[in-house]
Amino acid sequence: MSEPTVLPKPRRRFPFSVRLEPRLNEPPRWYPAAISFGAIVVALFLGGILISLAGGDPLRSYIHIAKASFGGIGVISDTIVKATPILLTSLACSIAFRMKLWNIGAEGQFIMGAFGASAVVLLPVLPPETSPWIFIPVMALAGIAAGALWGFVPGYLKARFNVNEIISTLMMNYIAVSWVNFFIFGVWSEGGFQMSPKFPKNAWLPRLSDYAKEIPLFRGLTTHMGLFLGIAAAIVLWLIVYRSRWGYEIRLIGDNPRAAKYAGINITRNTVLVMMLSGALAGLGGMAEVTGVVHRLQTSPIAAGYGFTGIIVAWLAKLNPFATILVSILFGALILAGREIQPSGVPKMIQGTILVCLIASDFLMRYRVRIVRTGVEA
Amino acid sequence: MDPIIILQAGVASGTVLLFATIGELFAERSGVLNLGVEGMMLIGAMSGYSVALATGNPWLGVLVAMFVAGLLSQIHAFIVITLQADQVVSGLALTFLGTGISLVLGEGLSKAGAVSLLPMFSIPLLSKIPVLGPIFFTSQSVLVYVGYLFAPLAWYYINRTRPGMHLRAVGEYPAAADALGISVYRLRYLYVFVGGMLAGLAGATISLAVSPGWFSELTTAGQGWIAVGLVIFAQWDPIRAAAGSYAFGALRRLILDIQGPLTLFGLRNPFYYNPYWGFFLQMLPYAFTIIVLVIGSREAVRKRLGSPAALGVPYVRGERGL
Repeated sequence: MSEPTVLPKPRRRFPFSVRLEPRLNEPPRWYPAAISFGAIVVALFLGGILISLAGGDPLRSYIHIAKASFGGIGVISDTIVKATPILLTSLACSIAFRMKLWNIGAEGQFIMGAFGASAVVLLPVLPPETSPWIFIPVMALAGIAAGALWGFVPGYLKARFNVNEIISTLMMNYIAVSWVNFFIFGVWSEGGFQMSPKFPKNAWLPRLSDYAKEIPLFRGLTTHMGLFLGIAAAIVLWLIVYRSRWGYEIRLIGDNPRAAKYAGINITRNTVLVMMLSGALAGLGGMAEVTGVVHRLQTSPIAAGYGFTGIIVAWLAKLNPFATILVSILFGALILAGREIQPSGVPKMIQGTILVCLIASDFLMRYRVRIVRTGVEA
Repeated sequence: MDPIIILQAGVASGTVLLFATIGELFAERSGVLNLGVEGMMLIGAMSGYSVALATGNPWLGVLVAMFVAGLLSQIHAFIVITLQADQVVSGLALTFLGTGISLVLGEGLSKAGAVSLLPMFSIPLLSKIPVLGPIFFTSQSVLVYVGYLFAPLAWYYINRTRPGMHLRAVGEYPAAADALGISVYRLRYLYVFVGGMLAGLAGATISLAVSPGWFSELTTAGQGWIAVGLVIFAQWDPIRAAAGSYAFGALRRLILDIQGPLTLFGLRNPFYYNPYWGFFLQMLPYAFTIIVLVIGSREAVRKRLGSPAALGVPYVRGERGL
């Protein structure tokens, strides 16, 4: 009797394997949006894990966020109020990022915009009884100018001395906070409190509730004209980026600086100009916040991180001005609801998680993941 | 306002920047820009402090801080090395994430009370040296002394040892390093981890030694970003990084101390009588960072020095490039 032949035990492998292939053709149009959406879902899931680690209930937190921000016309209006500054700062970031200028100083430019607008009332440049038809445009211009100045400095340093704009814009944020603090603790302090006196009514941006007499539906709604400034800015920015020669230059510099240089595009000048435009948009945001919501110069509600949220929103919207409007509203909801959530760092953490997932998901734009059947190999 | 005391405290506060700056320097030398230093420092400060609080052992706090921050840095490493995403945005995301997690997990920690800190002592003979003794060797935290050895050791490691040479090769010419059999990916992961650990150490140096406690975002107050700026000023050289860190530390102290006395140089001290003038002093470290960057960038252009050639560029095996 012969020995039974001992077959070598088949080496069992997992029957599927993951293969990465570089994506050669443009992905379909819906694809980037789907990826972003998927990244948010993953981020909310991971954020949920972190919340429960910190001793919270993720599901209740999320339901609370949804209810507290979209559960009625009043809160929807409040959500839009929170979305307005984010809209303008994220537009500011998206135009700079388009040229691969990493302006992370929207926060400081926003604060300076608020300062510039306040200076019109507090210096005072205009007397308090000025008509709003003059007051508001002058304040907007002052805010835009102050923001643009705060963008000009890092832009110039980058163009002239090749100073890393990430760090210079960030440092300008801290300087802006101290600058405003100097005024509200000192010269403009109201009775020793860390805030300026309230602005006269003429210097307030009109709110929907101001028209409640004509349209009863608007009673109590806080949405202010800043929203329309933001939407107008988005439209103008879209026209600049996609429909103008200047926008073409900006996009070319961002995608391929060498080609832009050989095409004779002035990179130095565009660096300064784009940083100024970016600062101007953030500055307009600061003006809208101080004249539409806070109605006085005060650091804590103004330096609340809108500039940083703008970075994430710009990235999430893939730098598209119209997508920015939608994403801003989502983040406005997150921030509005976040005020009531414990622990208080949750919205910031969720924002961070979303950004991390978003960048990781960028990979799927460049590669396609294929699951291949490998079967059993002997 | 005793200059010796200001410098003594300045050295201690500069140690924080020293660890963070040299950590970032290691990561950048390997070709990975990590802008998450601020986030990693915060998570280090928070975890170190809470572990020291829970166990009563500050050393364990330091170890955990380094490990946790190192772990956080690996998220960045995965995204930029394996997934080859943009290093700038990923680093920013890491700062957001680190800050957010620290704020959530550090909730309530600011009212937690006293914690046992790392030991402070004087060095027997060296502390007797006039001027230098009291500044550098008298009642400093043990981490400050570690810091003194740190910069020269880092310099020696990078410039005079074999692994240091591999580190430079990976950052300057990864394709050549790869051809020599050096694993570019593994080394980059490793040095991003080292950078994360050192940022965590820097955070723990704040919360367990230099200015003990947890003050949410104000614990670091942008020092992580100053560290990133200092790396550029230092031209990626550890010795210059150390000099810059101590100078910034002294500046931070000077700003705190200048507001105390009634007179300055025989004149009425404007910062004492008008405290809000102090906000201009508070701008100084940030303004100086910008000035230092201008100096560093101009020098780089003049001497044709510069960043590691492959800094910020993902390495893809088999692709033409650096």
